[in-house]
Amino acid sequence: MTGKKNWKVTALLILGSLFIFFPLYLTITIAFKTPQEMSRNLLALPESWSISNFITAIEMTNFFRALGNSVFVTVITVVLVLLTHSLVAYAIARNMHKKFYKFLYFYFISAMFIPFPIIMLPIVKQTSMWGMDNLIGLAFLNVVMQLAFNVFVYVGFLKSIPVQLEEAAIIDGATTWQLFWKIIFPIMKPMHATVAILTALFAWNDFMLPLVILSDSSQYTLPLVQYAFQGQFSTDYNLAFASYLMAMLPMIIIYIFAQKWIIGGVMRGSLK
Amino acid sequence: MVKKNYTYLIMVIPAFVIFFTFHTYPALQGIFYSFTDYKGYGNWDFVGLKNYFNVFQDGRALSAYGFTFQFAITATILVNIVSLLIAMGLNANIKFRKTLRATYFLPFILSVLIVGYIFKFMFTHLLPDMGKALGIEMLSSNILGNPDLAWIGVVILAVWQSAAFNTLLYLAGLSTIENELYEAADIDGAGSWKKFWKITFPLIAPFFTINMVVAMKNFLMAFDQIVALTGGGPGQATESISLLIYRGGFEGGEFAYQSANAVVYFIVIVVISLIQLRVLERREVK
Repeated sequence: MTGKKNWKVTALLILGSLFIFFPLYLTITIAFKTPQEMSRNLLALPESWSISNFITAIEMTNFFRALGNSVFVTVITVVLVLLTHSLVAYAIARNMHKKFYKFLYFYFISAMFIPFPIIMLPIVKQTSMWGMDNLIGLAFLNVVMQLAFNVFVYVGFLKSIPVQLEEAAIIDGATTWQLFWKIIFPIMKPMHATVAILTALFAWNDFMLPLVILSDSSQYTLPLVQYAFQGQFSTDYNLAFASYLMAMLPMIIIYIFAQKWIIGGVMRGSLK
Repeated sequence: MVKKNYTYLIMVIPAFVIFFTFHTYPALQGIFYSFTDYKGYGNWDFVGLKNYFNVFQDGRALSAYGFTFQFAITATILVNIVSLLIAMGLNANIKFRKTLRATYFLPFILSVLIVGYIFKFMFTHLLPDMGKALGIEMLSSNILGNPDLAWIGVVILAVWQSAAFNTLLYLAGLSTIENELYEAADIDGAGSWKKFWKITFPLIAPFFTINMVVAMKNFLMAFDQIVALTGGGPGQATESISLLIYRGGFEGGEFAYQSANAVVYFIVIVVISLIQLRVLERREVK
């Protein structure tokens, strides 16, 4: 953009961003300090950047196992979501003039207004009865819970793609399946990015669903581990903050490198 | 043509069956059990509307609704004011725009629960310490330990985290406004205040609607924030409806009763969302 830069607003925004950074600054510094250092000055930088808190936290919470669990659930959820939700949305978007598909569309997206607690109690019974109280079951339920929003976003996008493209392919003798995988699926790339980002963030940070679904603590995801260890962290804030920092770090690192892409993806989704 | 229909059906039927089994069926079960005295195990009998009458007479449930509304309304208003201000700032002709935008969006990617624990530390240790050091009476005690003030802590956490997404939405809205409109207003001698109410605000009205509805809905469902910050306390001062359903349902053996509560909760959310859409959309048309 050209013209005179608005320095007053810039300064105000920088000042405001301190509110964003402050909790993170606190987390990082406390994670490196010893309890003695902390009792002296809460806000100061650590005297020696000791990683002992991290090592203790890794051992105590079995960090890498939790990290593995989180990665596992997130990856499975995202892959399944991209493959299935786009397909469902395609079938719906191209048949919206038919009553059944129109019904399906509204049936699916109406789930956005159904609060999770209304299904929470029965679904927990159901999943444990069917042996789904594990990471696979969690990923599967994630896919179900995200269907409403994703169908909404995908259908919105598909409406903007001209049907002529597909008609040409049909004349060439392509089947509906070929049409979808060879033409439509690749065209939907920008929407895949949006859906993947939002789904990954949901699966990675979600707390309530893992809390009620997972029965075995060895399968706990990163947020759930922080919850489960509250008692053991007790007043050892240095240890707790080291653990929090490690739990947040993977997403922060991804964000630092892909922020433009992530913000763009979320914005595209919100405009639908 | 018949064959093609068949393919499309194969695409949607599995999704339909799975969605019904894992979403609609549990919801129907919840509604069904809300008319029984089911404890989550063992035998049960129909009790008619008894659970529903009890929800409306239960002090704990009513206080959960009271807190949830108070929190959700305050947080929705604050979040929208804060994010609109940030978005207008980010939309101005500023330096470091990309970096600042990325900074303000950062809370969106963080786990609500973990951020909640960090804020809990700030409320219980940092602020009281600072309050004592600076001699500010109001800050010198832990607000999360005060039944009358604890909800404010939850609001602060919620605003800090949710402003990120709402800001982005407003930013998307602001970028659709043509600069010429402001230039024309400048020529007419309109001040900033007037420009905001006559140009900016009316033009981003659809975004305002979405933000109000989505923020309100999310805050009415608040769970993570409260688990991390107060655990519903002190006492039950900050127990949200979600938390009450979770606790009563899993820990209190109140499967049927909390199912009835969940049905009421569901109706409340739908009604509020619809009212908001109605009111705000009517304003948009004007």
